[in-house]
Amino acid sequence: MAFLEIKNVRIAGISAGVPQIVLKNDSSSVLSKEYDAAAFVELTGVAERRYSRELTTSDLCFAAAEKLISDLRWEKDDIEAIIFVSQTPDYVLPATSCIMQDRLGLNKECYALDISLGCSGWVYGLNDVASLVTNGMIKKALLMVGDAKARARIPNSKGDPLFGHAGTVTALEYDEGNKGFKFHFGTDGSGYDAIITPAGGSRNPVTPQAFDKYEIDGKEYCDLQSRMKGMDVFAFGITTAPKSIKKLAKHYEFDYLDADYYVFHQANMKMNNQIVKKLKLAPEKVPSCMLHFGNTSSASIPLTIVTQLRGKFENKPTKFICCGFGVGLSWGTVAFESDERIVISELVEVEDPS
Amino acid sequence: MQLDEFISNFADLFDDTDASEITASTNYRELEEWSSLIALSVIAMVDDEYDVTLKGNDITGCTTVEDLFNLVQSKA
Repeated sequence: MAFLEIKNVRIAGISAGVPQIVLKNDSSSVLSKEYDAAAFVELTGVAERRYSRELTTSDLCFAAAEKLISDLRWEKDDIEAIIFVSQTPDYVLPATSCIMQDRLGLNKECYALDISLGCSGWVYGLNDVASLVTNGMIKKALLMVGDAKARARIPNSKGDPLFGHAGTVTALEYDEGNKGFKFHFGTDGSGYDAIITPAGGSRNPVTPQAFDKYEIDGKEYCDLQSRMKGMDVFAFGITTAPKSIKKLAKHYEFDYLDADYYVFHQANMKMNNQIVKKLKLAPEKVPSCMLHFGNTSSASIPLTIVTQLRGKFENKPTKFICCGFGVGLSWGTVAFESDERIVISELVEVEDPS
Repeated sequence: MQLDEFISNFADLFDDTDASEITASTNYRELEEWSSLIALSVIAMVDDEYDVTLKGNDITGCTTVEDLFNLVQSKA
């Protein structure tokens, strides 16, 4: 049973960066023989999304980090750890977190680590940063989480209309006596191919054949593009997320219905509606940003807090339950209470470099 | 678990297909309205009503509504 409780750490602030460019999901972008753009929007809940052919995840995280550090009035020299969670790093190697230490101008006395996770990544990253800070040896740390520009450039592709680009930053600091975080985690690697990019890693290296196109369910793919077994992921999401939340509440003996906000990874609207229904949650306590930003992978939970809850909760202690689930298959749930010192930065919209 | 009730729950997921068109022997994947969206609704309905998790292969592996009913029953 993967339960963890990490005390003496608080979330100091959250920020998010997205590309300035908005792509609407209309008939020019929704390419499926099976349904039209209107049906796509109704099913997925994604009307538009942010997209850039230039900006990487780390570019978006960098802009969000500069904004948050400034809003928090933190000294850069005091930041002693960065964890970067993404499936779209800048390079195959080195780790993007190392590049970010230098780009942000942080002290070289800095712990830096990349983690490769998607939809569950913010919750995992939160646990890992909180674990570094909990004993007070490191007092301030940044968690950078998101996904953006794909690793492979496929001709004529504007990406999948379901997915949007975003890079977020969550700042954590040592806070003696803070109740901290309660986590539940799970993994089912038997579903590793439910969401997968088959080529580009060392199992199937990049070869000329990796660009060969073929059809899956009426859509063209090559092995460098990710694909999803939609029905399996749907079934996984609607069962696993509610179970994980219930397990966490049972293990730590609290009523999950007492939280002020439930922020879930948003994969598609139908799945999220089903999860809300199963948990019998009040819909107004379950904010969502996928209408305007799409499925933003690991960034979805912090991006939702920034775009939907900013200005609504910072003045009083607020109980959150957040759950990320998806590619891996991997899932994590966290319960925490924010305090009235938390800083939520205004959304940072990043221009493409000219 | 009743076959009649299952058929009725199944037929409720369709907007444009009359309930009378859906019987135990209906090959549901050949219905004009059938789509991957309805397939997700079937997974959600079976989860709600029978507490059974169907996978993609279950939906594509069955032919008739009764086949699917039997599968759900075997997993319940």
